[in-house]
Amino acid sequence: MITVKELTRRYARTVAVNQISFTVDKGQIVGFLGPNGAGKTTTMRMLTCFLPPTSGTATVAGFDVLDQSLEVRRRIGYLPETPPLYPDMETRDYLRFVGRLKGLSGEELDRRVDYVIGRCAVSDVKHKLLGKLSKGYRQRVGLAQAIVHNPDVLILDEPTAGLDPKQINETRALIRDLAGEHTIILSTHILPEVEQTCQQVIIINKGRLVATDSVANLEGRARGAETMVLEAAARSGVLDAGAVQRRLAQVPGVGSVLIKEARPASAIFETESRKGELRRGDLARAVIEGGWDLNEIRPAAMTLEEIFLRLTGSEPAAAAEPTPEPAEPAPHEGAPAQAISDAEEPHA
Amino acid sequence: MKNTWIIFSKEMKSYFSSWVAYVLLVLFAVAFGYMFWIALDYFVTAGMEMQMSGQSYPMSINEQIIRPLLGNVSVLSLFFIPVITMRLFAEEKRTGTIELLATSPVRDFEIIFGKWLAALGLYACLLACTAIDFVFLFVYGHPDLKPLAAAYLGLLLQAGGLLALGTFISTLTRNQIIAGASTFAACLMLYVFAWVSGFNSSTWATVLAYLSVVTHDDSFAKGVIESKDAIYYLTVIFLGLFFTARSMESLRWRA
Ligand SMILES: Nc1ncnc2c1ncn2[C@@H]1O[C@H](COP(=O)(O)OP(=O)(O)OP(=O)(O)O)[C@@H](O)[C@H]1O
Ligand SMILES: [Mg+2]
Repeated sequence: MITVKELTRRYARTVAVNQISFTVDKGQIVGFLGPNGAGKTTTMRMLTCFLPPTSGTATVAGFDVLDQSLEVRRRIGYLPETPPLYPDMETRDYLRFVGRLKGLSGEELDRRVDYVIGRCAVSDVKHKLLGKLSKGYRQRVGLAQAIVHNPDVLILDEPTAGLDPKQINETRALIRDLAGEHTIILSTHILPEVEQTCQQVIIINKGRLVATDSVANLEGRARGAETMVLEAAARSGVLDAGAVQRRLAQVPGVGSVLIKEARPASAIFETESRKGELRRGDLARAVIEGGWDLNEIRPAAMTLEEIFLRLTGSEPAAAAEPTPEPAEPAPHEGAPAQAISDAEEPHA
Repeated sequence: MKNTWIIFSKEMKSYFSSWVAYVLLVLFAVAFGYMFWIALDYFVTAGMEMQMSGQSYPMSINEQIIRPLLGNVSVLSLFFIPVITMRLFAEEKRTGTIELLATSPVRDFEIIFGKWLAALGLYACLLACTAIDFVFLFVYGHPDLKPLAAAYLGLLLQAGGLLALGTFISTLTRNQIIAGASTFAACLMLYVFAWVSGFNSSTWATVLAYLSVVTHDDSFAKGVIESKDAIYYLTVIFLGLFFTARSMESLRWRA
């Protein structure tokens, strides 16, 4: 549905987006993740035909954003970073105006406007001036205007910024609902949002693509080595944490054992092992056979948070490579994996 | 055309819902009413003096009231046109709504034309205020309708050109005040260019005078529609809107 090839955007001094390539399939929700100033907004503006790319191409639904911009614009709904509201218009009039602008008319216009008013929970402020709305309501009206014409592709720049927790959950649910028939790109720096709503993540940093993968894969790939967390307790009296640690270290496949937290009667351990070489049952048996109680055992999944910090924190190897000539296709497909394994090395 | 209409009606509503239109209408009506009253007073006094002194010069409502008054309207417009156009694009840029317009399936010229038409529409409403006063002349006298209509057409064309210029200037900044002040300066320049021909007849003075919006207004004020003057105004309108389109295009590159 969306194909981006070596998209680059320069401003006078900065390169805001640098040779980004990715594709998004129909019906997918893609999270666009990156720290402040990463180039998320700039990329979205190019996809919505607001900014022309300096070089590279982007197509939406098969239409080029530069050459067939009108066709692209017919098919997208866009929520910019600041909701584009006219302060002296009322909510309902505004949504009707946007609907008309996007080509709706007559009965369909009324139907869609009523629908999005309900859907985005703005019926309380239907007849209020947009200039007098609170931040959260502005955001909701902004979302409503983006979906009013039922577009194929939705591009949402930080859709949940400024919403209350209840509304955040509702918005995420709404976004999940919209997927399927719509293709959605949303930008955010909130990681749980990506975990909750998106199937695919695109991580960019300083204008460069750092990783693109499914959420599940990304978590798995970044993990590399497997970490188990377990809590053992003494049957009575004081627990000899050192003894448990030594016992666990003898379990086949375990690389190292750390005592994360030691209390008098119990302790939490973290074992590291190479992926697929450890059987959890061995760990449990070791604890039980040693005469201790096993209170908890679970794999410690690396949170997206940690992945994100790891990928964007240090300059990834891929980004350090000299910029290839624009004419040559850059090896972007290989770059993310490399970035992850390189970042992984000091850890393993 | 449909999109132009959508933009036009949105701008029109915005003029009226933000009270800009009402404020301008009231100010314009008061200022013009005052001038109308002075002119009428002068006309009546002059008429009575002539009767008393037994002389009789031909007196014409068209020549002695309507024509100078409408000349004043074109000066008055200098102050109103910048206020009408300053927000057109500057406001959209400041609030970010330009991002909505520019990513909607609407062509740039449809947006520009719609906005300009709305500005002209509001100006036409201002002119309508003057027409109310003139109704009195028709009630109590017999002025000629045709030259009056021609004069109005001239005013509309002249304003059309200046409004197009103002629309263009509004795309250059996100600050309404700057847009308004620059438009006023530009309109004033186009206005005073005409004065140069009063004391200088060199080539450049002729060119300057030709460029002025006032020199082309005379024929309309006399009640004649000169095609060369109409063409001048239409050219100004076209150029103004053309540069607006260019500027909007380059907005995208600089944004
Ligand atoms: N109009 C502009 N002129 C010059 N530089 C710009 C302009 N807009 C953005 N930039 C620069 O481009 C880079 C990317 O900005 P962008 O707004 O795309 O970041 P972002 O990922 O959306 O950040 P945030 O999370 O803060 O919204 C930044 O370094 C920014 O300073
Ligand atoms: Mg941003």
